[in-house]
Amino acid sequence: MIDKTCPSAAAALADVPDGATVMIGGFGTAGQPNELIDALIEQGARHLTIVNNNAGNGDTGLAALLAAGRVRKIICSFPRQADSHHFDRLYREGKLELELVPQGNLAERIRAAGAGIGGFFTPTSYGTLLAEGKESREINGRMHVLEFPIHADYALIKAERGDRWGNLTYRMTARNFGPIMATAAKTTVATVHELVPLGTLDPEAVVTPGLFVQRVVQVARTATVGAGFKTA
Amino acid sequence: MKDTTTMQKWTRDQMARRVAQDIADGAVVNLGIGLPTLVANHLPADREVILHSENGVIGMGPAPAPGQEDYDLINAGKQPVTLLPGGCFFHHADSFAMMRGGHVDVCVLGAFQVSATGDLANWHTGAPDAIPAVGGAMDLAIGAKRTYVMMEHLTKGGESKLVPACTYPLTGIACVSRIYTDLAVIDVGPGGAVVIEQVEGLSFDALQKLTAVPLQRA
Repeated sequence: MIDKTCPSAAAALADVPDGATVMIGGFGTAGQPNELIDALIEQGARHLTIVNNNAGNGDTGLAALLAAGRVRKIICSFPRQADSHHFDRLYREGKLELELVPQGNLAERIRAAGAGIGGFFTPTSYGTLLAEGKESREINGRMHVLEFPIHADYALIKAERGDRWGNLTYRMTARNFGPIMATAAKTTVATVHELVPLGTLDPEAVVTPGLFVQRVVQVARTATVGAGFKTA
Repeated sequence: MKDTTTMQKWTRDQMARRVAQDIADGAVVNLGIGLPTLVANHLPADREVILHSENGVIGMGPAPAPGQEDYDLINAGKQPVTLLPGGCFFHHADSFAMMRGGHVDVCVLGAFQVSATGDLANWHTGAPDAIPAVGGAMDLAIGAKRTYVMMEHLTKGGESKLVPACTYPLTGIACVSRIYTDLAVIDVGPGGAVVIEQVEGLSFDALQKLTAVPLQRA
């Protein structure tokens, strides 16, 4: 029998080694898998390379992982924010390597890794600082830049509902990087607020087919609305 | 500068209203963070316009009523929004395929500088101590069918933001087609800068004096 459910976030992340590349879903705090990040901090793996759109907000989640000194390098598109003080400090102290990637390239490089694509040409960033040193080529009369896939050892993502095969649905814009990161990692760990029996999720509406997911952890629902959780 | 004394600069809302006039019924539009977001408040009621946000939503509605904010439903500026009937959600690779694949009609961005040929600088000041952040700026700039820029005509120091060549790091080359400032609407491109409209009380010559590139009359 296939059963990808894990009893806890700690159990789901017990084998993350030092030096691992870990994708973490979320755009800002929407879709950020807080329980998994907390478990990763607790677990203690060091020298991590993190792939996320941002570089942490406030003092919790990804920001706390950075503050704990566990991250060697971050690959992201938008590190600087009003509340990214932990990233800002570590970056200025030279303790954190930054690979800055245009957001569309970040998404497509992750997608490429998941789809077995060895690289792609895109007009994005041509002629800018972020294309320096990269191969470029004229295609259909327009200059393009060569970009390579981003693979990961682990992807930590937040979904809404799931089943023991790992099929997932998401909630509104919390979907963001979840479905593509799930495809690009050797081990994808997803949190869900509802774990349902096989056959319960509408097959026409499953967003991430279970084969992309290795571990599913149920976590308590957290409020996303000022007045408490509003059912979708 | 006596020929600029009677001019009435456009306010941020007037700039937004002017941009909104140029957005056609049925258009799919991405509004950048900051000033461009105001355009949503000025779209004519008789036009159906679909708003896309690169974090993964299309068919965005107005801001929710106080207390009804849901932080799973946000725009690219991470502000809570609502979803109109017909709107939907998608993951980031699909969202950027919409942008980069040329499926979005109009993108409106802010800028530090724009060149007369439509080069854009809006992501990085290049200052040695600045922490760079690019987000979707480079994808948005080159991906939409038309890229508009909204910006003040002059810097706080009084320098023209329409420049012969951008001195800040580039976001994209020859990607902007029209700019909306607090003084004028100007087309940019291979033929240079062409004034479409200027604020009342500002002569063409006075506008030219404030602008660092040669202007042409439409």
